[in-house]
Parts: sequence; C-alpha cells; structure tokens
Amino acid sequence: MTRKRRRLYVLVLCLTGLGTATALVLIALEDNLQHFYSPSQIQAHEVAPLQRFRLGGLVAEDSVAPLSDGVGVTFVVTDLAHEVSVVYSGVLPDLFREGQSVVAHGSLRADGVFEASDVLAKHDENYMPAEVVEALKEAGQWRGPEAGQ
Amino acid sequence: MIPEIGHFALILALLLAAVQATVPLAGARRGDAAWMALAGPAAVGQVMAIAIAFAALMQAYVVSDFTVLNVVQNSHSAKPMLYKISGVWGNHEGSMVLWVLILALFGAMVALFGRNLPPSLKARVLAVQGMIGVGFLGFILATSNPFLRVDPPPLDGNDLNPLLQDPGLAFHPPFLYLGYVGFSMAFSFAVAALIEGRVDAAWARWVRPWTLAAWCALTVGIGLGSWWAYYELGWGGWWFWDPVENASFMPWLAGTALLHSALVVEKRDALKSWTVLLAIVTFGLSLLGTFLVRSGILVSVHAFAVDSARGVFVLALLVAAIGGALILFAVRAPRLQPGGLFAPISREGALVLNNLLLVTATATVLIGTLFPLFAQALGYRVSVGAPFFNIVFVPLAVPLVATMAIGPLLAWKRGDLAGALGRLKAAMALTVIVALAALYWHSGGPVLALLGIAMAAWAFFGALVEFAERIRLFRIPPGDSWRRARGLPRSAWGQTVAHAGLGIAIAGMVGTSAWRSEVIDTLRPGDTVPLAGYEVVFEGVEPVAGPNYTADRGRFTVRRGDRVVATLFPEKRFYPVAQMGTTEAAIHTTLASDVYVALGNGPAADGTWTVRLYHHPLVPWIWFGAIVMAVGGLVSLSDRRLRVGAPKRARRPAAAAEPQPAE
Repeated sequence: MTRKRRRLYVLVLCLTGLGTATALVLIALEDNLQHFYSPSQIQAHEVAPLQRFRLGGLVAEDSVAPLSDGVGVTFVVTDLAHEVSVVYSGVLPDLFREGQSVVAHGSLRADGVFEASDVLAKHDENYMPAEVVEALKEAGQWRGPEAGQ
Repeated sequence: MIPEIGHFALILALLLAAVQATVPLAGARRGDAAWMALAGPAAVGQVMAIAIAFAALMQAYVVSDFTVLNVVQNSHSAKPMLYKISGVWGNHEGSMVLWVLILALFGAMVALFGRNLPPSLKARVLAVQGMIGVGFLGFILATSNPFLRVDPPPLDGNDLNPLLQDPGLAFHPPFLYLGYVGFSMAFSFAVAALIEGRVDAAWARWVRPWTLAAWCALTVGIGLGSWWAYYELGWGGWWFWDPVENASFMPWLAGTALLHSALVVEKRDALKSWTVLLAIVTFGLSLLGTFLVRSGILVSVHAFAVDSARGVFVLALLVAAIGGALILFAVRAPRLQPGGLFAPISREGALVLNNLLLVTATATVLIGTLFPLFAQALGYRVSVGAPFFNIVFVPLAVPLVATMAIGPLLAWKRGDLAGALGRLKAAMALTVIVALAALYWHSGGPVLALLGIAMAAWAFFGALVEFAERIRLFRIPPGDSWRRARGLPRSAWGQTVAHAGLGIAIAGMVGTSAWRSEVIDTLRPGDTVPLAGYEVVFEGVEPVAGPNYTADRGRFTVRRGDRVVATLFPEKRFYPVAQMGTTEAAIHTTLASDVYVALGNGPAADGTWTVRLYHHPLVPWIWFGAIVMAVGGLVSLSDRRLRVGAPKRARRPAAAAEPQPAE
C-alpha cells in the first residue's frame, strides 16, 4: 500500500460520498421545497391546487372560531389587501393570537380554503417573519419602521 | 453603581484580551519567554473581569434593578428566583456575556493547567483564544451592552417570555455555550499548531480532552433542548429540523468527526491536516450557529429579538476567524509531515469512513439550512422542510451506524474484515432477534421502522460485543475477565458506553416516530378514551394559581384494566404580565413509553374541552441515550486527564487489549 494508492482510495471514497450526497440533496430538494405565498398572490391565482406551500400574513381580528367537529379551528389570514380562510386541526402555538403574524404550511382545497398541517408563530412576539413583512409591503399595507426586518 | 462596575469590567476584559491576543504571539515569534508568559496572567485577569461583569448583571436581575434596560425587558419582580437567574442568559445581551465568560474560563484553564504544554504552543493557543475574546467582547460593547440604563425607570419589567420559564430551558443555553465555546479550544490549538508548523500525537492528546468536554456539553445541551420541545410545545415532537436546531446539530456532527479523527492523529500520526481542518470547521459552524440565531436571517420558531447591526457584526467575526484560519491552513498545511500508512480495511480506514459520512451529513444539513437564504438572494421565497432532512440524513446514518460496530474490531494499519464480522456474530444474532420481536409487537408499522430498530440494536450490541471481546468474556474465567475489564483504559470504557448510548437514542427516535398513537377529541368530564392499551378518564378541570400565572388544571386518570396507572395534571397557563399563555403537558413515563396528555381549548358552550392524548413508545430512550453518550464522553475524559499530565511519547502500546496493572 503506497501513499499514492492510499490517496487514490480516499479520493474515490470522497467522490462517491460527495456524489451520493449531491444526488440525495437534489432529489430531496426537488420534492420538499416549499414556496411562500401571500393572500394577494393566492387571489391572483398564482398557486396551483394541491401544491404544498407556506402561507403568511396576519391573523384577522375576530376571525378565530372552532370548527363544528370541536377539535379543529378556523381563522382568516390577511395581508390587509386580501384574505384567505384557513382550517387547522393541530395544536395552535401558544403565541398564536389575532392581529399577530403567522406562517402556516399546507395546501389550498378546491373551495379555496387553505388546509394547514402546521402553524408557526414566533417565540418573540415583537418579531414578524421577514416573509410576512415583505408580503405586507407588496400589498402596500406595511406600517412598521423601514428598518424593521 | 453596580451595573457601571460591570460595564467597566467588560471594558477591562476587552483590553486584557487585546494584550493576550498580541504580546504572547509576538513573544513566541521572538522566542521571548517573558512576553510569552504574559499570556497566563492576561487570561486569568480576563476571566476575573468577565466574572465581575456577569456577577453584576446577575445582581441586577436578582434584586430586579429596573434602572437597567436589559432587566426591564426580560424580567419581572413577581418571577420565581430560578427564572430571574436564568433570565440573565435568556436574552441576547446576557447570553453573550455568558458566552465570553465561558470562553475566558476555557482560556484560563489552559493557562492554569497546561503546565506541560511547550511554552510557545501555549502562548500561541492563548493568543488565538484572546483574539476570539477581543472579537466577542467588542461585539458586546459595540452592539449589545447589557448594562444600558433607562431613565426614568419603570415600576416593573416586561417579564421573560413564559415559554422560557421552564427548568429544561433554564439550563439548556449554558450547556450549549459550553459546547460551542469548548470547540474554540480545538480551533485555537489548530491555529496555534499551524503557526507553529507542527502537528503530532502529543498535539492530538492536548486537543482531545477539550473537544471531548465540549462534545459532552453539546450533547447534553441538544438533549435538553429537544426534551423541552417535547414536553412544552404540546404534541410531543422532539426534533423539527428548525434552523436553530440545525445550528447546534452541525457543530455536534463535525465535533463528533473531530473526536474520531483526533484519535487517528494520536494513535497513528496520520490524518493530521484533515484534523486541523475539521477543528477549524467545527468552530466555524459554532460561529455560524451564533450568527443564524442572532441575526434572525432565517425563519425559525426560536429567535432572539433581531437587530441587523448585530448580524453584520457576527458575520464579520465569522469571516475574519474562519477566513483567516483557512488562509493560514492553505499556506501551512502542506508543510505538515504526512504520517503513518494504512490499508483501506483498518481501524484508520473505518474512522476515515466515519469522518466522510459525518462531514457529508453536516454538509447536507448546512445546505438545507442555508438554501432558503440563497434562494432569497435569487428572488424566491422558499423553505426547506423536515422531509428534506429525513430523506437526506437517514441514508447517511445507516452506513455510519453499520461501521460503528465494525470499526473498533479492526486492527490499526491493516484489519481483517471477515474476522471482525465473525466476532460480531453474537451482535448480528441479537439484532435479528430484536428486529423480529419488533415485527411481532408492531406488525402493522412501517417497514423502515424495523430497519431503524435493527440499526439501534446493531449499534448497542456491537458496542457490547466489542467490549466483551476485549475482556475475552466467556472464554476465560469470569474473574480474569473482570481483571481485564478493570485494566482497560478509561477511554475504552467510554467508547463502549458512548456507542451503546447512541444505539439507545436511535431506538427511542425510531420508536416514537413509527409507532406513536394519538387521540384528539372533545371530552366532557367523566368521559373515557382508549389509548394504546390504556384507558384515559377525563375527571375535570379546576382553576389554580401559580406564582406569576393562573392556570386551568385538568385531571386525568390513566387506567389499564382495573388498575390505576397514573393521575395526570396537564395545565393551560396564562401569564398576565406577558399577556401570553403556555400549554404544560402532563406525562406519565414508564421505561418503555410515555403517556402524554395536553389540555386544549375549553370549556366550549356544551361544557367540553379539547384534549390531546398521545402514546409515545420508547421516547424516554432518546434522552436517556443522550445522557449515556455524554457519560461515555466523561468516562473517556477521566482517562485523558491522567494522560494529559504524562510527558510526550511515554505511551502504552496501542493494542490496549493487554491487561494493565491497576492504577
């Protein structure tokens, strides 16, 4: 076993590893990227039905209500220009409340209601996700300081 | 007055760090012993100054000094004392002070206990440590001063985020920082060795204890964080592949690789430049984690309050530290003498494979974590979800675990794969038995779960078989085996314990991911719900008052047949100061599973409550496994401590299977 042979083995191993990893990453990225859309973009029909994506905005005031099955909850996400109804049957995060920013993962049903599989709100309630800030800016409804991102 | 003393102490610490970063380095270059010796007192002085600053901040929190802005923003007079104290590091500014305190503490420990280090290496290590100190102390003083005053002071504070008022989270950050900052020692040693131009077995022996200590702390820190997520977030998830979790996981993966490659440097004098590079990368990932968490650049469920100036500062530090170190590496690494040769099938070969897999795994996690950033730069708004990480990570983990049992049975230089596999027959048989048992109990579960359980069993039994081989269990009389076991170096014990611990943790992860059962329902007091062989009776809800919150406390009786197994009291708490609620799940744990109850909204108009019940098989094993791994690291560390004192080259033969006289 010469030094050169050893180098060769290590190199081949490295390249195999790198190749496998790249392949895995590409395959996984293809299926698991989630795009972010605001209610205005949904209104403009930029989203295909059944496509999984992230919806962000503010929880509209007085919109949170239990569903008839008693377990789920429905609420409205708004970017102050347009609105989307959301249904969700998991655990709402403790920081979730009306008037605060929220990001939900899920897809649109045929009736235009967003069915969420996850709902995120921040630990830090002064913070608004950068995505939501931009969505509000695009909708022309941003009221915060310019440096607030 | 006291906050000003703290502020001045921080400034003093910055100046001492600046001295520590420059004078010893110049001294080592000129061969001036007096200049080099200055590193020690500077390091000790720095830690004392930062300790004073930390104590001053602690005092402000303990007495609720609301003239200090930081206390106003993060504390409240009605908060329990434990959380007043943990509030010191529950916010950005205070946590940075803890960060530099631990950094300086590590430096001072090298100064005090590194007597047998060559003076020039010691001076350079401390100088590099001083540079990191200058960077972070400058960061605190320039952008995150915890001692800012408010005038006029408010009557009371804003309270610490109630989610953070929890024992699991109170001790989670200090352990994480011990881990992150501990890797700075490996970094300093690597950079010092590059300046010195020499890496040898002795160097590896000095680096390993620091890396091991940092790794143990990080293991405990990550375990605590995931345990907190499990019981606090209300549904029993223990890992989310969230950017902030990844930020702590990447240094752990790279640090695990570093532990193993340093072993090769120590025993065989090979893989030297790779190990130096890994040390730099590991600390770089720790800094990257700090950057991701502090800058708020990624969407995460955890985050500190965000300030872009801070993000820029940490990014500059990251670029300076890692860029500088990598340039130094590029210039100096070719000069390192290449070491011993080895065949692909050998202990070294197995450790190289381990390193490749761990580093590849680190890289994939890094890509998944940073991809949204790059996409954002190109105008897309995307995120990478948990499925990405599961798809990428699991195929890399499988060969890693498979190698883990085989590697230690291979000889250094040239190993015998068939022989190693032959000696693992017992482990294989046990693995098959465990997999069949899992199939019998959970025939409906996913097939991948069987593979997962088999991997866990393989890691666990592989570690035990390797240990049994070392002490020749069942082949020689038990008394002789016992004597051999006592004679084995502590590092061998540590390896077995840590590897077995990983097996236990994997079993826990697989068990709860594959065989979890859940019931979400609206219940009236008196209702009974079946859950995975148990019956859970909802007895009712009563209001209770805590020290700084009010709560609805549910009462649930868990029965199996006629026997009452447990009574559980989940709560929904409301913290009036922060105007925020938290969900406190109640958990009944047996060794093999958890019954997990969380109270949802209620009562509805018809008197019902939303209730979430989960049965998590094997889940306690995740954290038990993490503790076992950390214990393994500590056992190994206790061996190193003895050896660090030993002079260079006075080493036992690498084949440690020979009985040693009791020490």
